[in-house]
Formats: sequence, structure tokens, C-alpha cells
Amino acid sequence: MTLIGQFRDWLINFMPEWAAYIVAFLVGVVAIIAFVLVMIIVFIYLERRLIGRFQVRLGPNRCGPEGIFQLIADSIKLLTKEDIVPAKGDFWVHFLAPIVTFAPALMVFAVVPFHKGVVLTDLDVGILYVVAISSISVVGIYMAGWGSNNKYSLIAALRAVAQAISYELPVVMAAVGVILIAGSLSLSKIVEAQTIPFFLLQPLGFFIFLLGSMAEINRSPFDLLEAESEIVTGYNMEYSGMKFGLLYLSEYGHTLAASCIITTLFLGGWQGPLLPPFLWFLIKVLLVFFVFLWVRSTVPRLRVDQLMAFAWKCLLPMALINLLLIGAQVLWFPKALPWGMMVVNFAVAGILILLWSRLFALGGGRVEV
Amino acid sequence: MTVLDIVFWLLAVISIGAALAVVFLQNIFRAALFLVLCFFAVAGLFITLQADFLAVAQVLIYVGAISILIILAIMLTREMWRGNPGGRFQLPAFIIALGLFGVMVWAVINTSWQISAELPLVPTTAAIGSRLFGEGGLLLPLEIAAVLLLAAILGAIVLVREK
Amino acid sequence: MLTDYGYVGLFLIIAILFAVSMPLLPLTLSLLGLVPKKPNPIKTSTYECGVETIGKTWVQFNFRYYFYALLFVVFDILIVFLFPWATKLKQLGAGAFVAVLAFLLILMVGYIYAWMKRVLEWK
Repeated sequence: MTLIGQFRDWLINFMPEWAAYIVAFLVGVVAIIAFVLVMIIVFIYLERRLIGRFQVRLGPNRCGPEGIFQLIADSIKLLTKEDIVPAKGDFWVHFLAPIVTFAPALMVFAVVPFHKGVVLTDLDVGILYVVAISSISVVGIYMAGWGSNNKYSLIAALRAVAQAISYELPVVMAAVGVILIAGSLSLSKIVEAQTIPFFLLQPLGFFIFLLGSMAEINRSPFDLLEAESEIVTGYNMEYSGMKFGLLYLSEYGHTLAASCIITTLFLGGWQGPLLPPFLWFLIKVLLVFFVFLWVRSTVPRLRVDQLMAFAWKCLLPMALINLLLIGAQVLWFPKALPWGMMVVNFAVAGILILLWSRLFALGGGRVEV
Repeated sequence: MTVLDIVFWLLAVISIGAALAVVFLQNIFRAALFLVLCFFAVAGLFITLQADFLAVAQVLIYVGAISILIILAIMLTREMWRGNPGGRFQLPAFIIALGLFGVMVWAVINTSWQISAELPLVPTTAAIGSRLFGEGGLLLPLEIAAVLLLAAILGAIVLVREK
Repeated sequence: MLTDYGYVGLFLIIAILFAVSMPLLPLTLSLLGLVPKKPNPIKTSTYECGVETIGKTWVQFNFRYYFYALLFVVFDILIVFLFPWATKLKQLGAGAFVAVLAFLLILMVGYIYAWMKRVLEWK
């Protein structure tokens, strides 16, 4: 029974059933939207400050103490900016694109467990729901590129599509490895199955999932769709004002969603000693986000051919090997599950990564679009 | 009229309206977007039938993959800005579509639909797993599906290689 | 189960309303005169780093993207089969494992063929 369900049952004492249903839902949804918005603000602030530090500069520090009001100033600026729609563009597609991009980012949080039982709906198809819903936002990005009627935007949108579909496969296959051990698709049950966090049991799957979701949310070094030097920030170029703000928000919304899903699937979700569970969840989410930042400020951007080769020739075969390995272990060595599996899988992950980095040179030579 | 009925009619109207928009819109990109909306509404209809795995698979494959395929196919068409001009086959196609529609309506009206007294299975995913892969499961159709998918991959390779 | 999905449906409506309200907010502010609305032909022209854009944007594009989309659809269907398999594998036993192994091997024939024919490379 989720917390929302208990709240609903308690409310029935005071009001008719349908009203209790809606009130419980509204309370949950307001809490989730507040969490998402607050975390996005924290993420943007952390990103700008920490990237500044990584690049040996200060980052925004003028608005308020340590620049904490910078984002508020930015959002007021965005709110009062003129909304420019390209004359040759498709107005309705241009208008709807940010909405189609943002709504799925928010929808993912319907199934994320923040605490034991604290989840809006604990769906039986949880992880598959997450994968399916987040695949919709690609359509939104494509709409943004198409609706702008701009060559750079359209190239960016096509790249976004190619990238998202290529990296979705290894990500989902890595998630299947988690399901093999947990035996359920529900995210709450996956968290409860993690007495040992799954990234220790299947390091290869964790590695694939981390890199793949980084590519799916278009973060550096996989941010080809906004490569400033080639296509001038790409799909959001013809946007201004609050529509641009929404695209920006959805970028961070997807980052937050990816951090939450990685935390839930591989890092044990809200589980942890001593500290309260919700705090553990927050710490892990921020840790994952820090890793994203770290990678972003360390690794240069990939080239298009390298990007595709990395997905199709490196991550996909590795994900398949990981899947079959975990399947065989679950089936034939259920007794040796925690510790023996950990040793074997770390060894396999190390060997595979070494092998791939030696045998496959990614790309080479000049490549167009 | 229960809430479920209202939801059903809402989804039905959305999906049929979107499907009609696909046919009648001149702008083919917008038509493709309405197709995506239609797929999404159908996923909603699956949920009203308590088939959650099917609904999510519908969103994953149709909204996430097939729609991308269609949108990219638009990029392959020549002179797409001219929209969706009518061709010689408009009238015959309309007649065939009308005939097909008539057959379907006739089938729906004349079939005595049985409503199962059993409650739907929860959770569905595990039940689908045992039905597909368990004792007396559908293993042969599964492998045939694999061969079909292999044919699709080979077809795609041939298409690329011909350039 | 339907109560859960009722929440998902309501959440979809709320998410869309929330997202729609964002671009509509400046629209209401512009009625108050806080947001300027002065479009002109130069401002609303297509941005191309100051150079006038030549030809149409919506033209035929690289075929390569379509190939990846086709491959993606194939593997997506494989994934849909994998999920029910993964939830029940412990109870189903070796037969199910071999079945999925065979399924994967059949697909791998195509995948390896594509690799050998160098169509997985971006040209």
C-alpha cells in the first residue's frame, strides 16, 4: 500500500470516494511537481557553479550570496522576453514541441519511489513505463527541429532521433539485467530487492546504463544535437522566451529523471543505513548528477560517426553479453548470487571493457553530417 | 454511465478524430503527428481493458519506434512541401476503404461477444511470460517472429547497400 | 489496477496543463504590456548566422537515419519479448533461456551480417 493510498483511505472518512481519490492525487502531484522544480533549480545552480570550478573560474556569483538568485533573475528575463516565431516555420508544431518534450519528463516521476511506499502509483510495469514514456520526448525534439524550419535545427533534430534510438537499446537491455535479479518490473519491488546495490552485482550493466542514459538525455560528451561549433545549439535555436525556458527545463527534467532511475535501479534507491531514506535518495541522485557533470567537464564531444559506432558496436553487444550472463547466473547459480556473482561480473566487465577498447577503434577520417 | 465509459468514449473520439486527421490533412508532417496521437489514444484504450503490458508495449513500439520510422520516412519523400496531393487512386481507395469499414461494422454487430466472468490477471507481465515461454508455450511462433525480424534486418541492409 | 492507471491518466492531464501554462504565461503578461510583441520580417526570418538561407529546409535527407530506425524497430520488438521473460526466468527454467538464446542468435545473424557489410558505419 502506498502512502497516497493510505491517505486516500483516511480521507474517505470525511468525503465521498471520488473526492478522496482526487484530493489524494492532487496532494501527491503537487508534491512531485514541487520536488521536480526544486531539484531542477538545484541542478542548474550546481551545474553552473561546479562547471565553473572545473574550468577554474567562479561561475555566476553576483545575484545574492554565492549567486543563488541567478536562476530567478534568469527566469524573470525569460518570462519577459519577446516570443519570436519564425515566419516560415510551422506555428502549431513550433508551439507544441516544448510541451511534448516536457510532459514525458514529468510523467516519469509518477512511478519513482522516493521512500518506502512514497510513490504516486506503483505500476506493475514500472520500468517499462519509464522507458516507453521517455521515448516520447524524442518526438518533441524532432517537432522543435521541424517546426522551426531551419536547417541547423533540422540537422540537430535528426541527430537527436538517431542518437536516442541507438542508445535506447543498450539502456533497456541493461535494465532487463536488473529485472532478471529482482524478478519484477515494479520500481518499488526492484528497490526492495536490492539488499546489495545492483551496481555491485552487475557493474557492466551499470556502466552501460549510465553511459546510455547520458546519451539519451543528450548530455556532454553526447550533446551532438546542440554542438555550438557546428549547428549553433541546434533544435532550440529558433526559440525564445518561455518556450525556450520550457525546452531548457525539460532538458534538466530528463537529467533528473535519469538520475532518479539510475539511483532506483542500480544504487539501491532509498535504502541506506543511519540517515533517513529520503535523504539517502537525494544524496544518491545528486551523486549521479555529479558524475554527469564530471564526465561533461572531462571528456570532449564525440563525432557523429564515433557516437553511432559507440552505441551499435560497443554498448549493444556488451549489453547482450551482460544480459545472457546475468540470465545464466540467475538460472543456474542462484545460491552463489551475491558474492560469487560480484567477483565474476567485475572480472567480466573489466575484461570486456579492456577488450573493446583495444580491438575497436571508433571511427577515423573525415565524416559528413 | 461510469467513469470508465466516459474515459472510453473520450479515447475513442480522440483516436478516431486523429485517424481522420491523418487521412485528410494536407501537411504530411502534421498528419504523422496525428498518427502518433492516435497510437497513444489506442494505448489508453488498452489500459481501460486492463491490459497494461500491452498498453506500455504499444507506447514503446508504436509511439517510440514506428512513429520515428514514419517521421524519417517523410524525410525521404521528394517535394514534401507540396503536401499530400490527391492521385488517380483516390476514388478506388475510398471505395475499398468504405467496403472494408462496412465489413468491420457488420462483423462487430453480428458477433455475439462473450464477456468473461473471470477477473483480469494482475500482474499481467509475469502471466504473459509463463504463457509465452512456459510449458506448452508459444515457442515456435516466437522463433518464427525472430526469423521475420531477421528478414527485416536483411531488407534494411539491402536498401542501404544499393546506393 | 485501474485506480493506478487513473492516477497516470490524471497525471498526464496535469503534466500537459502545466507545460501549456508555461508558454501561455508570457502571453498573458504581454496583455499587461510587460512582454513586447513587435515582430518584423527581419526578426522572424530564418536564422542562419546572418546569411540568407538558400533553398528549402524540408528536403530529402540522409538515408542512413532511416536504416538505423529500421534496425531500432527490430530490436525494440526483441526487448518487448525480453521483459516478460526476465520477470519469470527463475520459475521458467532452462527451456525459456534456450528459447531466448535461439531468438537472439537468429537476430545476431542479421546484426553480424550488417557489421560485416559495414552498413553500421556512419558515412
